[in-house]
Amino acid sequence: MPDDGARLDDAVSTRTQKQSQSLFAARIKVYPRRVAGLYRNIKWALLGVCLAIYYFVPFLRWDRGPGAPDQAVLIDLQGQRAYFLWIEIWPQEVYYITGLLILAAFALFLATALLGRVWCGYACPQTVWTDLFLAVERLVEGDRNARMRLDKQPMSVAKATRKATKHAIWLVIAAVTGGAWVLYFGNAPDVLNNVFTGQSDTATYFFIGLFTFTTYTLAGWAREQVCTYMCPWPRFQAAMLDEHSLVVTYRGWRGEKRGKHKKGDSWEGRGDCVDCTACVAVCPTGIDIRDGQQLECIGCGLCIDACNEVMDKVERPRGLIAFDTYANLAASATGSRVRVLPIRPRTIIYGTLLLIVAGIMSFALLTRTTLEAHALPDRAPLFVTLSGGMIQNGYTLKVQNKEREPATLNLSIAGLPQAQAEIVGHARGDLALEIGPDTTASFRVLVRAPRTALKSENTSIEIRLEGEGRATSADTHFRGPAGTGGGR
Amino acid sequence: MPTKIEKDALSGRETTGHEWDGIKELNNPLPKWWVYIFYATIVFAAIYTVLYPAWPGLSGYTEGVLGFSQRDQTMERVRQGAEMRAPMVARINAASLEEIRKDPELLNFALNGGRTVFADNCATCHGSGGAGRPAFPVLADDDWLWGGRLADIHQTISFGVRNANDKARQSLMPRFGADGMLTPAQINDVAEYVLALNGRATDKASADRGQKVFAENCVACHLEGGKGNQELGAKNLTNGIWLYGGDKASIVRMVWFSRNNSMPAWAERLDPATIKMLAVYVHALGGGQ
Repeated sequence: MPDDGARLDDAVSTRTQKQSQSLFAARIKVYPRRVAGLYRNIKWALLGVCLAIYYFVPFLRWDRGPGAPDQAVLIDLQGQRAYFLWIEIWPQEVYYITGLLILAAFALFLATALLGRVWCGYACPQTVWTDLFLAVERLVEGDRNARMRLDKQPMSVAKATRKATKHAIWLVIAAVTGGAWVLYFGNAPDVLNNVFTGQSDTATYFFIGLFTFTTYTLAGWAREQVCTYMCPWPRFQAAMLDEHSLVVTYRGWRGEKRGKHKKGDSWEGRGDCVDCTACVAVCPTGIDIRDGQQLECIGCGLCIDACNEVMDKVERPRGLIAFDTYANLAASATGSRVRVLPIRPRTIIYGTLLLIVAGIMSFALLTRTTLEAHALPDRAPLFVTLSGGMIQNGYTLKVQNKEREPATLNLSIAGLPQAQAEIVGHARGDLALEIGPDTTASFRVLVRAPRTALKSENTSIEIRLEGEGRATSADTHFRGPAGTGGGR
Repeated sequence: MPTKIEKDALSGRETTGHEWDGIKELNNPLPKWWVYIFYATIVFAAIYTVLYPAWPGLSGYTEGVLGFSQRDQTMERVRQGAEMRAPMVARINAASLEEIRKDPELLNFALNGGRTVFADNCATCHGSGGAGRPAFPVLADDDWLWGGRLADIHQTISFGVRNANDKARQSLMPRFGADGMLTPAQINDVAEYVLALNGRATDKASADRGQKVFAENCVACHLEGGKGNQELGAKNLTNGIWLYGGDKASIVRMVWFSRNNSMPAWAERLDPATIKMLAVYVHALGGGQ
């Protein structure tokens, strides 16, 4: 039974402590150390690939014929078109982008279920640019210990020079990043030329400035805080992981009990971990992987490289920290093994969903038509009775011609015998529609039919457009007076 | 009020002292950058209230040193819109009504402009889309009181019907019953005759008598056989479309009392280009000739 008086004292003392407590927790700055090894090499390679894609894709050319832009990937905001290789997307087809995002989401789920947060560790722009900025920092200010020393020093000319050099290089990289962004929104060589000759519009310079600023702040200053505080992914990635996912783990069964080890000491009765904290020193988010899976871990595997170096030095087997599954980790502790299970219900479900979405997307792309028509019936009046008793309906017909050639199409009505059509602005009987290349044209169409031809108040009809080997149609309705079809 | 602050055994953090059904809240401090952004928003708000209209007073409000007003902004946008339309409006002004109808670009502009103006000014009586309502003509059908050609429609919209404008369309149907020009029996007969013109007579003898009454009193305006006369706004009585109702009682009432609606002269309120667009729009509603 604890002493009640002591507990009360505790409460009072913590309250006084609270009053002096700061509103916020200062960031503990992370100084990741240089490391070499397999995962560092993979990270370098992917960094190169990602940056190369980002900077060079706008310069890829793709011949689309005369009159069309020849940039392989282009988002033309003014012209309201997006081009991706052979695919051309109109604003109303923005669902392709939705599909792409869903595809990306399922791919992320699958990758996470298999390999943990490899996206975070290797391919996420935040990781790529942070890594690049860290490399610059290391180049200018030296490695971990040198940087920590430098930050503790009072300000001096030497320190200021180093800091200024670092920030200058960061700003150049940030500006180049922002500069490359705008290349996706116009013909890249022209945009580049205009930007440097001061001929670009304010919006272009604004976005270059914006992305320069965000790159500089997020990759230079915020770094791991983006992953820990801002990004939603770490918060729910645990839902995609299970005990069969390969994640960066410390093999506690091998490592404990940890402790310092001098050359010549016996390895009997102790673990392999020599508590050198190399894994902590190299971690870009500043965590201790030996505490187990945690929110902050981006799964980059640099601690594996660091630990392997140390294991080689102390002549113990590599892999004290490794990509391993929690199932195997638990089994290893009792001396058995659990094989890696890449195919399991979770991955089958994610994979199937991925394939289904990819299938739907491919189907939609393959069956995409270059000629589309939509008919909007007048809402008021739904119909009018003409002199002589004919019933007339009015429609707004919108026709999209996504080809680079003009289209001449002949209009006809199907589904209602004796129906006559008229196009406003055309002579009666002239049912030829001209639709310019790469445009949406709007027409007012009047359809009339004798009341006796109507079988009901609401007849489904089809406005057909045919000509030059191209055809499309718009489904709509023809409305008549109440009681139509029931006999007069 | 915090009741009891204690150290959490697991995290080593203090609790806030708040407790709900045994659930205690940890007092985790906020990240520094978060707090600074919060301070920045407060500074932003203070600057904003100085620069922009913000605080309500007893009469009026603080106007802000920038002199910004949403009304001015809107008026500026309206002006920009008019400026943007100006080249097309100039083309509309320069083109004849027929030319507008034949040029797809002008036609689309006129139809869209006309639709907006129609909804603002005309739909109150004529219904949206020219659907009409009892006593107000349907504009989407092909029955026209004053003519359905573009020029006729333009004329009617510009100067209106039975108003004070000099060029307004004028005509007055007499009150044959109320003013004692025809007897009730004659009116019954003439109504029967009008029904007969539409093949709906029920009393042939009465209709025959009515034909004589019609020939003596109505043909001057409604012409032989009730075909109507658009010069005088005299309705065609044979096409099955009625302004004031087509049943016998309605026809009798119309001959007895007569009804003469009026329409404003829109040239007094709208500019020439707008009226042109309206004419093209109304013509395209479904019955233009």
